[in-house]
Amino acid sequence: MAGTAHTESARTNSAAAGESTVTSAVDVRNVSFAYGDSPVVKDVSLTIEKGEFLGLIGPNGSGKTTLLHLMLGLLEPGSGSIDLFGEPVEEFSAGERIGYVSQQSTNRGGSMPVTVREAVKMGRFAHAGHARLSETDYAAIDQAIETVGIEDLADRRVNALSGGQRQRAFIARALASESDLLALDEPTVGVDAESRDAFYQLLESLNDSGITIILIEHDIGVVTDRASRIACINTELYHHGDTESFVQSDALAEAYGATGTVVHHDH
Amino acid sequence: MTDNVDTTVARETDSGRDIRRLLELAGLAVTGTVSLVMIAFIVLFWLQEQSIASGAYEQFMIAGQWLDHYLGTNVFKWAFMWQQLAMGVLIGIVAPLIGTFLVHREMALIGETLAHTAFAGVAIGFAAGTLVGINVPLYFALVVSILGALGVQWLSEHTDTYGDVPVAIMLTGSFAVGTLVISWGRGQRGISIEGFLWGDLSIVTASSARLMAVLSVIVVAVVIYTYKQLVFITFDEQAARVARLNVTAYNTILVVMTAVVVVGSMQVLGVILVAGMLVIPVAAASQIAHGFRETMYLSVLFGQLSIVGGLAMAINYGLPSGGSIIVVAIVFYLATIGLSSDGVRSLSMH
Repeated sequence: MAGTAHTESARTNSAAAGESTVTSAVDVRNVSFAYGDSPVVKDVSLTIEKGEFLGLIGPNGSGKTTLLHLMLGLLEPGSGSIDLFGEPVEEFSAGERIGYVSQQSTNRGGSMPVTVREAVKMGRFAHAGHARLSETDYAAIDQAIETVGIEDLADRRVNALSGGQRQRAFIARALASESDLLALDEPTVGVDAESRDAFYQLLESLNDSGITIILIEHDIGVVTDRASRIACINTELYHHGDTESFVQSDALAEAYGATGTVVHHDH
Repeated sequence: MTDNVDTTVARETDSGRDIRRLLELAGLAVTGTVSLVMIAFIVLFWLQEQSIASGAYEQFMIAGQWLDHYLGTNVFKWAFMWQQLAMGVLIGIVAPLIGTFLVHREMALIGETLAHTAFAGVAIGFAAGTLVGINVPLYFALVVSILGALGVQWLSEHTDTYGDVPVAIMLTGSFAVGTLVISWGRGQRGISIEGFLWGDLSIVTASSARLMAVLSVIVVAVVIYTYKQLVFITFDEQAARVARLNVTAYNTILVVMTAVVVVGSMQVLGVILVAGMLVIPVAAASQIAHGFRETMYLSVLFGQLSIVGGLAMAINYGLPSGGSIIVVAIVFYLATIGLSSDGVRSLSMH
């Protein structure tokens, strides 16, 4: 164990320079998970260093989202263990250090009357606890709304927006949390090409400023263009390494071949 | 193209929206003031024997006589009327307040279930009253209903949803127990269980109004303290978990508060109709509100208007209070549907 003193200094370093390696952001050790008898994630081990931009790819039903949920503590592994910023994930309590954009279908934006601004505010709730939101919180909220370019939608109901606009609102919520780790599960589904490019540029600049990013994305071209490292899974981990070694390896064909899925990707 | 049009419309309605917000806040201010007066009455009535409060209580009742004089009514000079009104006003605040979260968590049926659980509690309370002479059925209802709430919560944790089936079993099961206990105790005179079924102003007592006042203050305080957390888990439970909110704890708080509100409201609304007050004002508000906070404000206003209208109807024509209030609430709901089919826009532009 590195000890608390180290962890603390690592945190400051990573915030400042984004290159500390004393504790990793996420450390997954021999993790397996099954729904009933069918294994979804099998004996996966991987470490995500602070400041890394990891692309998590795999065919449909390969366990990408499940693995992400395990890393975030939304699910408990059947076996193995996971550390988040050096702490066992089940004891991790610093919710304000994680920003999360889920797959579109999981939130209740559908029927609930919530404005875009109210939704983005939620990104600051972990910081504020039971106290009122501070000036700093409001500044972060305004900044996030501006960054994704939805100022003119801020007072609209989330469920009155198009899919792409809605997704940008959720991205803004994750940004407003000013977290050390951004976990994004196919964040740009339904987002038009232009704002998608802008969003991925934003991710790169956030990553440059030291924020760790985990991105699940079905467009492999985007991942190989933007991510510094790639984990390719299909229940088991087929590849984990930097982007170049991934492109040169057969991991993609093997992982996608394992379920017999035919993939076309044009990019 | 469409985006541009929308933006212009949004700008045009800015001033309309300001007026609307002002009206809402004014309505809330009135509601708040009235509820404070009601709580003041309950406290003064309770302390009227004490020398410090007796003068104030007398003044209060004199003011009531003047009010009757000016309004030409025969309501405000009676202490029991004040108790009934106080009960109504407090219900009109806390039921829609909790209902806003319940409706948007898709837990509307939970309120109905807990009301039936509370009914079993009332039945047990009456039985206990006749058996051992402890005559506090509402407190029994409170305990049983909170236990029921924890039961529902436990079921939902262990079946992964607030599923229809366990809730339906709970609902009918507790009502069944209630009917058994009643029929077993039927030999005893003076059990007015019907009042609890349909809602009856005349079964409101000084002590039940006092209980409601205490419960209301607690519920409002808890909602203010946990507002952000409750909104977050209602809107996006998964993201709330990632932000390390204790979702189970807040769910439990919400369900227990529901039980508390249901028990407080059941004398006026009745077991069968109590869920209406949790749901209908919220449904009306959700038709026309822009955001969640506004939904909550409008829910309370619609709730309050339904209570005032319903009580006026019930008192004037000697009708059951529960049915009157719910019918008025539904009129408001239908009106908001009419408004929202023209769109929120046209409403804001008036």
